[in-house]
Amino acid sequence: MIRHSLFATSALFSMALCGAAWAQATHPETGEPLAEDQTFQYRLQDQFPSLDPQLIEETAGGHVARQIFEGLLTQNADGTLRPGVAEEWTSEDNQTWVFTLRDDARWSNGDPVTAHDFVYAWQRAADPATASEYAWYVELSQIRNAAAVIAGEVGPEELDVRAIDDRTLEVTLGQPLPYFPQMTVHYTFMPTHQPTVEAHGANWTNPENIVSNGAYVLDQIAVNEFFHLVPNPEYWGADDAIITEITGYVINDANQALNRFHAGEFDMMDDLPAGSYPRLEEEMPDTAHSVPRLCSYYYAVNQSENGHEALQDPRVRQALSYAINRNVITDQILQAGQAPAYSFTHWATAGFELPEIEYATWTQEERMARALELMEEAGYGPDNPIEINLIYNTSENHRQIATVISQMWRPLGVTTVLNNYEWQSYLDIRGNQNFDVARGAWCGDYNEASTFLDLMTSSNANNDGKYFSEDVDRLMTESVSEADPQPTYTQVEQILAEDMAILPIYHYTQNFVLDPTIRNWPMQNVENNWYVRDIYRAAE
Amino acid sequence: MIAFIIRRLLVAVPVLLILIVGTFILMYTAPGSPFATERGIPPAVLANLEAQYGLDQPFHVQIWRYIVGIVTEFDFGPSFIYRDQDVNDLIGQGFPVTLTYGFWSFLAAVLVGGTLGILAAVRHNTWLDYLAVGMSIGAQVLPNFVLAPILVLVFTLWLGWLPGGGWQGGQWQFVILPVIALSTSFMASIARISRASMLEVLTSNFIRTARAKGLPMRRVIFRHALKPALLPVISYLGPAFVGMITGSVVIDIYFSTGGIGQFFVASALNRDYGVMMGITVLLGALTIFFNLLVDILYAWIDPKIRY
Repeated sequence: MIRHSLFATSALFSMALCGAAWAQATHPETGEPLAEDQTFQYRLQDQFPSLDPQLIEETAGGHVARQIFEGLLTQNADGTLRPGVAEEWTSEDNQTWVFTLRDDARWSNGDPVTAHDFVYAWQRAADPATASEYAWYVELSQIRNAAAVIAGEVGPEELDVRAIDDRTLEVTLGQPLPYFPQMTVHYTFMPTHQPTVEAHGANWTNPENIVSNGAYVLDQIAVNEFFHLVPNPEYWGADDAIITEITGYVINDANQALNRFHAGEFDMMDDLPAGSYPRLEEEMPDTAHSVPRLCSYYYAVNQSENGHEALQDPRVRQALSYAINRNVITDQILQAGQAPAYSFTHWATAGFELPEIEYATWTQEERMARALELMEEAGYGPDNPIEINLIYNTSENHRQIATVISQMWRPLGVTTVLNNYEWQSYLDIRGNQNFDVARGAWCGDYNEASTFLDLMTSSNANNDGKYFSEDVDRLMTESVSEADPQPTYTQVEQILAEDMAILPIYHYTQNFVLDPTIRNWPMQNVENNWYVRDIYRAAE
Repeated sequence: MIAFIIRRLLVAVPVLLILIVGTFILMYTAPGSPFATERGIPPAVLANLEAQYGLDQPFHVQIWRYIVGIVTEFDFGPSFIYRDQDVNDLIGQGFPVTLTYGFWSFLAAVLVGGTLGILAAVRHNTWLDYLAVGMSIGAQVLPNFVLAPILVLVFTLWLGWLPGGGWQGGQWQFVILPVIALSTSFMASIARISRASMLEVLTSNFIRTARAKGLPMRRVIFRHALKPALLPVISYLGPAFVGMITGSVVIDIYFSTGGIGQFFVASALNRDYGVMMGITVLLGALTIFFNLLVDILYAWIDPKIRY
């Protein structure tokens, strides 16, 4: 008993000492005094279904994966590449890539992280037996034989990624791909610890089993309530991480979450309640943020065989697009800094220059006048009205936008029937082309324009409108091997605008509230990838 | 009595079977798939996913396997969405939470509601009666999805007394708001039912006789009136308890308690067939169990009832 309390006293004493040391601590780079409390809490809207890097398929799980796992490369605050497990990466022809791994990378159980771990993870992602819903990402990365492995034609060991030795990973692609290193940042390409996966099967990510190689490790998880991460002492950069605890709270209801944010229960939340951003920005300018987010909102037009007859005429599609007053949508409905879109690729995409699109330069009156002319030329208009079935997935914002757009189309003699579906039914209906016009949005999987433009090629499974242009298909194939693909991208965007393959509506922003004492948040990262090991809490 | 219980339990088996088959059919006829994603899944991967979950089998094989799994191993299968967990894990984590705040809410509703109703009846047409009736009407018209945000606004944001959500293993601070939000409308119903039935009992002949004998009021109420007055309340308790478990969806969404309520809606929206079935079977079994419990209580309290 006495021994016990003695121990407790000394523990308390040393904690007090540590506390005192912290109070005086300053940030090694900025010199800012650090707060004593270096915990970071945030809200997530939904429970992530999995923490297995090869099975993750949504943002919330991806955010956690970036804290507990580390891929070959990670990102700086501005989204540029920085070494992760790999110290160096080289390629002479953009087709064979060699990654040299750091020798001090360790798993949380002390095992070294080797090139074999990456080979295992990547093969696992492509192997149909893993049944990863993100297997397509491996194919997208162009690793040689990926498509055949995913299709089950050849075994996963045929995927052309090899460990030359423990520290050298060689990847051979089916064709040159200059942005391949960017793609390795994604969670699908994070390494997994083979003995752990094999020992525990589907439960290997449970806190008592998980072995990971990131700056933090999973300590506790309660489904639909919270999860808790603590620093990983084996991490090679453990000394640089300042935040000592991460807690994520699952709070479904956005208004409830905002109240709890105001009550100081956590430091960050996105997915703000619809329409709340302007008020938040006014009341708390240093807390509410709106930054570009690599997603574009658009309407797909069904150009397949069972599509609406009138919509097969590019003039009608142009008229529909011209008639949409995008400023009304961004400034009056969304009100959170979104940009009106006249082309598909998000304006903030790295290395991408917004192409010159003619109708973008017109005034809305000019667009409307041209729209009326085009409808008349095509033989439609108030005298020969058309009825369009517009579908969207259930959401307040989508409903408002659809309602406003249907009003904007009315002068063209277009009657719009609005139909909303919950998400899973929606995917079914849209994927089977049972619509005339369908709401869609696309978020970049990596920070390069092809992540958007590939969607418009005829072989892309997400080309829900079944737009087909030989030129676009050809140009996109050519762009892959070009040193500077920008002129090609501009050309593709111009063809898309001419054909009005889709109706672009707006480019996203990421809107969130962040406690002002949290510093170094990567505001410039348009992919919304954040690494807690980079942030810290400044003393108030 | 024992024979009655055994008979009821035997009837429960076909009822549950019908429930399983019915839900299974509904689930399969709904459009959408648990594996539908915006990006689309390569066909070979989809085929493997379906094989992994047995969706490639004909309908009758799937349902047979499901039932055999439950009967032989009490295995409710994997979750189609939470791929690191199976249904037993998910329900095993969430159900104790739901049961805990469900139990406290039930107790609060019965004790406070019952007391309020009986007091109101005994002090009929006094300020106490009006207050009790007023409160119960107020509580009745305030649904929990309105009450929950108000509670957080007041107790978390303005007063700063209680956390706005979470569970943390069921520490008392985290239990209070969910219990208030969940129990209020049940409390109001119980208060109204017990008041009405107490009023009726108090005007019946045997009470008049008891009072004429000169028994003190306290004794009349506790010895003679209470038991018969509680009968309608008890018949309400079975559905009320199950109602609390199903009503927990609002509690879980607003207070992030991590109970199973969340899955009622989410599993259907995600087409998480495994969880959806597991929850349905659980609720079906609970409903049967509580109705049985109420029937037994009934027989115990009311000597007129014989099985």
